[in-house]
Amino acid sequence: MAKRIDIKDVNIYYGKFHAVDSVTLSVPPRSVTAFIGPSGCGKSTVLRSLNRMHEVTPGARVEGQVLLDGEDIYAANVDPVEVRRTIGMVFQRPNPFPTMSIRDNVVAGLRLAGVKNRKRLDEVCERSLRGANLWEEVKDRLDKPGGGLSGGQQQRLCIARAIAVQPDVLLMDEPCSALDPISTLAIEDLITELKQDYTIVIVTHNMQQAARVSDQTAFFNLAGVGQPGRLVEVDDTEKIFSNPSQKATEDYISGRFG
Amino acid sequence: MTTATTDLHRPATGPAFQGIGAGRKIKNAVATTLVALAFLVAVVPLVWVLWSVVQKGLQPILSADWWTHSLYGLRPYDDRGGAYHAIYGTVVQALSTALLSVPVGVMVGVYLVEYGAGTRLARFTTFMVDILTGVPSIVSGLFVYALWISILGFGRSGFAVSLSLLLLMIPVVIRTTEEMLRIVPNELREASYALGVPKWKTIVKIVLPTAMSGIVTGVMLGLARVMGETAPALIVGAYASSINLNVFDGNQANLPLLMNDQFANPETAGFNRTWGAAMSLVLIIMLFNLLATVISRLSAIKK
Ligand SMILES: Nc1ncnc2c1ncn2[C@@H]1O[C@H](COP(=O)(O)OP(=O)(O)OP(=O)(O)O)[C@@H](O)[C@H]1O
Ligand SMILES: [Mg+2]
Repeated sequence: MAKRIDIKDVNIYYGKFHAVDSVTLSVPPRSVTAFIGPSGCGKSTVLRSLNRMHEVTPGARVEGQVLLDGEDIYAANVDPVEVRRTIGMVFQRPNPFPTMSIRDNVVAGLRLAGVKNRKRLDEVCERSLRGANLWEEVKDRLDKPGGGLSGGQQQRLCIARAIAVQPDVLLMDEPCSALDPISTLAIEDLITELKQDYTIVIVTHNMQQAARVSDQTAFFNLAGVGQPGRLVEVDDTEKIFSNPSQKATEDYISGRFG
Repeated sequence: MTTATTDLHRPATGPAFQGIGAGRKIKNAVATTLVALAFLVAVVPLVWVLWSVVQKGLQPILSADWWTHSLYGLRPYDDRGGAYHAIYGTVVQALSTALLSVPVGVMVGVYLVEYGAGTRLARFTTFMVDILTGVPSIVSGLFVYALWISILGFGRSGFAVSLSLLLLMIPVVIRTTEEMLRIVPNELREASYALGVPKWKTIVKIVLPTAMSGIVTGVMLGLARVMGETAPALIVGAYASSINLNVFDGNQANLPLLMNDQFANPETAGFNRTWGAAMSLVLIIMLFNLLATVISRLSAIKK
């Protein structure tokens, strides 16, 4: 369970374009780390490099090391499929599988990994849906399609799907950007609960959200158009929001930006 | 700036909305008429064809013999017999075409979209598919004749007909698969990868099922198209008035061949058989389309 991540001097490229410059950062286990920063500064890119999702994009590559409890996930003999099984991900837009029912969506990861035992699948389904605070709302319609839920429910369904495979780390890319304040609060509560068991990294554009849910905040910025994004500073969330050491961070979080 | 502000606050004089001007009404009327006319031009011949087929072809197919007997041993003017031999041939030849073309076509489509995107091999394949799409059916018949019958020494058979239909069918299946896979959102693939599902499994269990209904529809439409092809059947198959259950050996009739044969028969029986076969063909194609709708409904994306 919950593992520690150490990002060491990571440079990320899309083909020839240098998107992110030399990021070094540690994420302790059982904590929430928030990535904040202006649009296009590479938050999603860094996040996607943490479970080797980045390399799914044609031409994209990563240099440097990402250590999961000391083990480099970019080492030559590491299977990216295994990495993604250990490090789960929730995306900005809810993306339930449209051909599957709610139940099948939740247990998709296990089913596709070959688990057939109906009882076990049902248990995991209920536990994950409870974990994602969705059980009460959907328990009577588990056989209905996942696409028929509201946006906020779909997003929680995607969280249930991600935690059903029991990853060690959960990456979330703006999981609340398409949601109303109530669903957002539900998901924030959920994140706070989940951090008992998981290491969580979350990208958000919402300062209050970063302040509410995270223990540690990393601020990314762009030196200029066409320049790579870089990590400006990372510190305890309280410190970042009350007394950041960099001027750029202070400008950004106080809204005096650009 | 100041004028704009005062404008906003000035009380409105006269009605805010004017009626539709005469010019616009006329344009609207003209455009509506043109669209309706175009619709008629397109639909009238269609309905007419269908009407002729039903009017002349319905009578012959209403007898039970039509669906159970062949024309074996009957003289041109005998008003008996049926088209079972040709109906069987059409269905079996179409099925063997589907059985061979669907796996090949779907796999090529998957390669083009999921694996080969942008590679030289993929571009070359797409280019060849484009060319193959434009090959006239008679050319594909000639090709199969040259290869399968002249060089390899196999005889004419229903299967030879299937082979030439295959050449027409494969590009259709590849194209359909390609298009349907391309509209599967990348987010679904990433969602699956994020669960630690390998790429091939993502394609088989997530991407293909999502694209399934579109692929099925495309395949069925393609099949309906090639079922009516006559030229290849004339070259590599040959008409037989008797029932031949073996698709691999000997002359095997199909509906286009039956029509071609009986069209030359000046008797009333010939007329009836030709139109009866036309009606049967239309019915079978309709049945295939219906089947396609049902299958794609069953596998459709659930909302
Ligand atoms: N698939 C891609 N191909 C090429 N360049 C890309 C691709 N995805 C992102 N980029 C570039 O990489 C840089 C970082 O993008 P990224 O999506 O990581 O930003 P972000 O910080 O997540 O922004 P946002 O807050 O808007 O989501 C941008 O300049 C972007 O244009
Ligand atoms: Mg982003």
